[in-house]
Amino acid sequence: MKIAVASGKGGTGKTTFSVALALANRDRARLVDCDVEEPNAHLFLRGGESTTTQVWASVPEVDASLCDSCGKCTSFCRYNALAVAGTAGLLVFPELCHDCGGCILVCPNKALSERKVLRGTIESRVIDGTLELVTGRLEVGSPSAPTVIRAAIENPSALQRRVTIFDAPPGTACSFASCVHQADHCVLVTDPTPFGLHDLDLAIEAIQGMAKPFSVVINRSNGDDDLASRHCRRRGIPVLMRIPERREIAECYSKGGSLLDADPSMGERLRALLDDLHFHVSGGPIL
Amino acid sequence: MKIAFPATGSDLSSFLDGRFGRATRFLIVDSDTGSFDILENNGNAEASQGAGIQSAQAVIAAGAQVLVSSHCGPKAFKVFQAAGIPILQAQPELLSDLLDKFRNGGLAEMNGPDKAGHAG
Repeated sequence: MKIAVASGKGGTGKTTFSVALALANRDRARLVDCDVEEPNAHLFLRGGESTTTQVWASVPEVDASLCDSCGKCTSFCRYNALAVAGTAGLLVFPELCHDCGGCILVCPNKALSERKVLRGTIESRVIDGTLELVTGRLEVGSPSAPTVIRAAIENPSALQRRVTIFDAPPGTACSFASCVHQADHCVLVTDPTPFGLHDLDLAIEAIQGMAKPFSVVINRSNGDDDLASRHCRRRGIPVLMRIPERREIAECYSKGGSLLDADPSMGERLRALLDDLHFHVSGGPIL
Repeated sequence: MKIAFPATGSDLSSFLDGRFGRATRFLIVDSDTGSFDILENNGNAEASQGAGIQSAQAVIAAGAQVLVSSHCGPKAFKVFQAAGIPILQAQPELLSDLLDKFRNGGLAEMNGPDKAGHAG
């Protein structure tokens, strides 16, 4: 089972929740940090020997002696990464290329070939011998977060675990979609503010477009009657859990501690929550 | 000589559009006769990225030998530079006035892009 922990708004507590969920279920879950532009789960999950692999993409390279500037590649490219500069011929802008390879296929003169460029790295660590954390990191200046996210998700597992948790990137754009798309269920973390709810609705709209089942976790909750609880009740959105607004949780977080350090009783609830999700997704217990 | 102007309207009584890549149309004006062709640019104006690059390609393909523009970003600049097409900088004025300024040599050439790129 794959669970994506996402949100429309940034800073709602995706990493707080997904790190705690992974820690409480470390015997049966692994965590993949898919927020490749600014991964941060490693700040809370330290230690373990790291293994790093590189993520490469192919960008087109033009052989000027074969190119007749017909423009088929430039009209094909959705990302405008190629242009014919009059008689000077074809120019390539690799920083705009999304690695689809289409230009190479449509070129009638075989004037384009693949050149490899580094898009990011994937680091895998096993913390205390039991919890695997995979971290995707995008190269600075690279446009192609989804390439690195897919590579992080597909990175071979170091441990046998039945559940994979994705700590998704914020927003509702390509990075978010490429992560959530690969999950069986999406948990949306929100805070009970008008900003949080506005962006929660955007995320729900995007997820419904993908026909993906979802539920909500309310962070910094003031109880059953906070803004987010009422919002979800009115719309019939299932609320999995409320993380209370408490000073000791924030203090613990500021020192790199997890929710479980602040409140050890969360562990049992997070195990039950994963059991429930697994029943919901696959109709049976996690074996 | 054929001059490309990003334009807010469809004739010389319109203004120079303050944008380049996301201008909705270009007027390709013959500086000798004052006659012009219209090059619609809606597709590129709405591109998610690379609007300047594609607009530059379209302007060059339309036969322009010089561009008059308020601004030009680094990638479009690179395309014009490769094609050997100079960019003359102007304020968003009436195109007919700018055409007179061009004929009198009153427009200065840009030495480099004056805007940061918008890639991503």
